[in-house]
Amino acid sequence: MEETNEKLVKLTIDGIETEARKGETILQVAERLHIDIPTLCHYRFVKPYGACRICSVEVTIRGKSRFVPACSYQVRDGIEVQTRSEEVIQHRKMLLELMMARHSQVEVVRKLAHEYGVDTTRFEEMPSEGCILCGLCVRVCSEVVGANALTFVKRGTDRYVSTPFEGKADTCIACGACAYVCPTNYIKVEDIRDRKYVFSELSLGPTTPIHIPFAAAIPGIPVIDSHACIHMQTGECGICSKVCEPDAINYEMQDTFEEVDVGSIILATGYKTFDPARAEQYGYGRFDNVITSLEFEHLSHASGPTGGAFVKADGSEPKSVAILHCIGSRDKNYNEYCSRVCCMYSLKIAHLIREKVPDADIYELYIDMRCPGSGYEEFYNRLLEEGVHFIRGKGVEVSQMPTLATTTPAASNSKLYVKCEDTLLGMPRELPVDMVILSVGLEPAEDAEEVARIFKINAKGDGFFMERHPKLAPVDTLSDGIFIAGCAQGPKDIPDSVAQGAAAAAAAVSLIDAGEVALEPITSVVDEDVCTGCKTCLVVCPYGAITRDEEKGVAVINDALCKACGCCVAACPSGAISQRGFDDTQIEAELAALLMS
Amino acid sequence: MEQPKEKLKLGVYWAASCGGCDISMLEIGEKILTVDSLADIVLWPCIADFKYKDVRAYPDKYIDVMFFNGAIRNSEAEEIAHLLRAKSKILIAYGSCSYEGGIPALANFYSKQEIFDRAYHESQSTVNADRIEPKTKHTENGYELYLPEFWETVRMLSDIVDVDYFIPGCPPAEKTTWSAIEALVSGNLPPTGSIIGAGNKSVCDECPRERKETKIKRFKRPHEYVAPDPDQCLLEQGIICLGPATRSGCEARCIDSGMPCRGCYGPCADVYDQGAKMISAIGSVLESEDGEEIQRVIDEIMDPAGLFYRFSMSHSYLLRRRLVGAKEEMK
Repeated sequence: MEETNEKLVKLTIDGIETEARKGETILQVAERLHIDIPTLCHYRFVKPYGACRICSVEVTIRGKSRFVPACSYQVRDGIEVQTRSEEVIQHRKMLLELMMARHSQVEVVRKLAHEYGVDTTRFEEMPSEGCILCGLCVRVCSEVVGANALTFVKRGTDRYVSTPFEGKADTCIACGACAYVCPTNYIKVEDIRDRKYVFSELSLGPTTPIHIPFAAAIPGIPVIDSHACIHMQTGECGICSKVCEPDAINYEMQDTFEEVDVGSIILATGYKTFDPARAEQYGYGRFDNVITSLEFEHLSHASGPTGGAFVKADGSEPKSVAILHCIGSRDKNYNEYCSRVCCMYSLKIAHLIREKVPDADIYELYIDMRCPGSGYEEFYNRLLEEGVHFIRGKGVEVSQMPTLATTTPAASNSKLYVKCEDTLLGMPRELPVDMVILSVGLEPAEDAEEVARIFKINAKGDGFFMERHPKLAPVDTLSDGIFIAGCAQGPKDIPDSVAQGAAAAAAAVSLIDAGEVALEPITSVVDEDVCTGCKTCLVVCPYGAITRDEEKGVAVINDALCKACGCCVAACPSGAISQRGFDDTQIEAELAALLMS
Repeated sequence: MEQPKEKLKLGVYWAASCGGCDISMLEIGEKILTVDSLADIVLWPCIADFKYKDVRAYPDKYIDVMFFNGAIRNSEAEEIAHLLRAKSKILIAYGSCSYEGGIPALANFYSKQEIFDRAYHESQSTVNADRIEPKTKHTENGYELYLPEFWETVRMLSDIVDVDYFIPGCPPAEKTTWSAIEALVSGNLPPTGSIIGAGNKSVCDECPRERKETKIKRFKRPHEYVAPDPDQCLLEQGIICLGPATRSGCEARCIDSGMPCRGCYGPCADVYDQGAKMISAIGSVLESEDGEEIQRVIDEIMDPAGLFYRFSMSHSYLLRRRLVGAKEEMK
């Protein structure tokens, strides 16, 4: 206690007696006491700079008083601080009047000045462009980010902020910290390339390197994107760990790989959506207001970038929307199969738009409406009643200019034109709309091929995993103990995925419950005296039943997995593998008997 | 090595052979002196003059160990094989030709007449305006001259007579020859009909190269692989190496020199037809599943019969090309 007391100093702020640790600034102590001191160039994570002096307070020590900046002045024992005395107010007024001479158009300055009753200036006005030279951006870039991509140039009234040597700053990591701390919003971050990315699969608005992946993430805790995290890239920043009170931020944590011994495996590795950039005719990536169905979900979600408001890229409300079905599905150029889920989610999208923009014209451009399922047809009928326009004909092209002679160009030049053949009217049509939503189909997951290889299961022609039998064994694979569920096996909606997942779980449990498996009687067997472990059989075994015993240097066949297909027997160049009941001498004897007769 | 009570009687004979096997017996180096101290040589046409009448004069089972190299190409070889079987206690097929037909048995892809046409008429260096061909009997100035009859099919020694042991290799490696001699002298021999001096596994067992689990995309011919990866399996690099289907014992000497195994040690213990096994193995590890691509890859294999059956035609299910209209001399 003695030691701690020594480090504490006693002071008075605005008549309140308080204690503070040595090294604390007046501003920190005042904050603790909820005493408001205005600041412009202060930010808690950078060192005090004292550039704007607006935080000036009056300090009286041993009867003598003077003005000091609260942000940088460290408390001493016995000082008396006045943050709102007449002198202080006068002092700030003067400072604000000087600032108004240059920055009267900067809202934060004007507002603060107005609070102090300063609306005009007596000084010669030399309006700036908006930068008040607080230096926060320069200091953040240097102290927090460690990039040193910003600097002050020149001195006095000519001073301004720029990049080193005013060239392209190679050290800039585009973190946006400078724009974040800028009190006047003078610095802005613009993406000069294309779109802004939230997640790899979505492209709406930026996020921070540390974030909760999505609104309903389980577990709902933040993750750090190590490629974007400043601390992990430059070693600086670390702000999240400074502000985290439970001290839960751990930069040292690494990905770990764990091996788990299991008896059966359920593969539910999912799907990816069709990338509409592959179908250039729909203008995805070229036109701001052409978005995918998943992007619509993100946009319309209450926790999305617009708080759930359904708006165009310029922020205005779309008055007409076309929803194009079968993008990447039922199309020989991309995938021939039907993705099964798009009709229903397209109806849902139309319904959501109707709720958000009741007077919008909504067009559904479909080949066939496929609505089998509990309550699905009823939902379709409801949408018909809600006044959604259903056009039987696939949307074939999206352009900014009308291409059909019959199309009347819209008054607004921000329209998109969706071309289609209305097969019920028997004529080509072109719809001028504000927004196009592409109902993208489902494709095998990016790594489906590798997963199939690892687990030695087969993939169908379209790339989805193959079940053992399409009707009678829909969750089994040709590898015993490996089951498949959900979209990994083929496109399906949520109820079907849940049903198949439950079936796969039951199949796995039945294996575990039985505790034993029946084996094929004619499995292959390795003669360890002859086998050299050349690995030829490992490549050919379709069931992954063969491994190599590295110690003995021989192949080992797992009787539980061997299906007695004989591939390894044929492939074994040294003849070390034979099939029980079908070895060479037996087959030779059979042949000899046949040929003799 | 322990001195036997009595000096062994050793014979070496060559039939359809290049002479390499005779030389390989000397590859054991100074150990040949040990052999000399242990055994008397009673027949070795390559290094000393012996007459068939001398051999005929030996009592039956007079020769303790008979190394027989070379395939059975003609009536002379066949006759001597029978003779030596009668005169020997242990008859050994020494080298690929007597063990499994060897290079001479590649002639089984042709008929006798085709071979004569090529050798005596068609070959670029031959001038034979009178179209003279070898005959079994010729009369010149009242003297009758005989030549052995040239068989239609080349056979291995065990097709003609019972063989006690086999020593593979073209020629057998020094280590193989020496360990066979050691076994013979010590009397520590496996059951008759066994291979001696070589291993039971495949050449891969002795090969220092690493085999991954990769499949083969294409095949390369010798002039296309200037410098194969020194550590990776040659087969994986598209170079057809018969090592996986070939009996060990040679210490992977070809592969060590950067050349693929040609399969001279014959099939592994449990296999009869080495070529078929290798074809089956290669077919299993082709990467492509597209019919046309597979055909293209297979077409890259030049002379598959000669490649996969380079040494083992007589020891195979093929035996020879089918003879149309020729008299059937096969037993």
